[in-house]
Amino acid sequence: MLEARGLACERGGRVLFRGLDLALAPGEAALVTGPNGSGKSSLLRLLAGLLPPSAGSLSWTGGGEPDFHYVGHGDAVKPALSVSRNLAFWVGLAGQGSVAAGLEAVGLSALADLPARLLSAGQRRRLCLARLFAAPAPLWLLDEPTAGLDEAAVADMARGLEAHLAGGGAAVVASHVPLRVEAAHRIRLGAAAP
Amino acid sequence: MRLFLALLGRDLALAGRQGGESGLALLFFVLGAVLFPLGLGPDPGTLAGVGSGLLWVIALLAALLSLERLFRADWEDGTLDLLAARPEPLVTVVLSKCAAHWLATGLPMAVIAPLLGSMLAVPGAHLGLLALSFLVGTPALTLIGAAGAALTLGARLGGVLTAILVLPLYIPVLIFGAAAAEGREGALALLAALSLAALALAPAAAAAALRHAVEQ
Repeated sequence: MLEARGLACERGGRVLFRGLDLALAPGEAALVTGPNGSGKSSLLRLLAGLLPPSAGSLSWTGGGEPDFHYVGHGDAVKPALSVSRNLAFWVGLAGQGSVAAGLEAVGLSALADLPARLLSAGQRRRLCLARLFAAPAPLWLLDEPTAGLDEAAVADMARGLEAHLAGGGAAVVASHVPLRVEAAHRIRLGAAAP
Repeated sequence: MRLFLALLGRDLALAGRQGGESGLALLFFVLGAVLFPLGLGPDPGTLAGVGSGLLWVIALLAALLSLERLFRADWEDGTLDLLAARPEPLVTVVLSKCAAHWLATGLPMAVIAPLLGSMLAVPGAHLGLLALSFLVGTPALTLIGAAGAALTLGARLGGVLTAILVLPLYIPVLIFGAAAAEGREGALALLAALSLAALALAPAAAAAALRHAVEQ
């Protein structure tokens, strides 16, 4: 689904990692670990095409246009809009999907009409993650998806991820919280020489 | 196109829901036009010659006020990252946000300009021209301002920087806008040319600046 060869990332003259290879097939997950500042977020931004790699190449092998969900540090939630309107925007962009299914998956159905400014940080994060379930995409790029989530929500997220993988999806996940998910690949960052 | 419409719909919903920057800009526009006659005295002779020019100056400042946050909110909350990760070019994002901004500020300004113009003793025969000049000229304000706002995304005091960057480019719009409102020959055509030139150049510049901000 995604193939990376010899990826390197340089930020502010510092090499975060180099020579990173990854071949992600449908149904596989790659777990990215490493201490703070080791380049986990940079790797995910790079895979999402938000950062140009300083070396190496990245190609989409899933057929057609690259189709993925990227979850970064920002929740991309508009406080003035209702919970369902927030999600409806992303579903509308994808062109297909169901707002109700997305809210159901993250347990926000009861709050659909609430303005998003009234959500707690954890609920905002869940609304951000609802995109994954509302508008399916074959690849998920998740950067600390469980930040701010309570235990039950973390377990829900792990189950959702498992279902996604079982359905032939793939995922690259950077997380400090160990998600109970079979990972075909483990990428350990922080070992590159400066 | 789907991205354009979805973003346009969301931005207009945001503008309607929270009033926000566009509401503030419209309020500024009206207040400015109301306060000038109070400061200058109600003598129609004093006001008559300067009314449409004054309105253009106030509109320009109002546009500056509202443009600073055009991309900032989306940039800060991560929305811009998600939009930049999509296959559509960022120019689409810029055009959509500019269209929403214009519909929420430029168009209402053009609608209320004749009303404010009559308060400023603009001759009745020129009120239509005044509205027309706003209709033709305000897209240039939005587009040029969008490029400035995108360029100053990462900067502290971005608003001040935007003003410094954008004001010199606004001056031709102001000159020809005020001239068109007074019915000077050729001014309206030149104003339209400025808007079209801004439409051709500014979105690409803004998109490049947004890409740079995302890659920071």
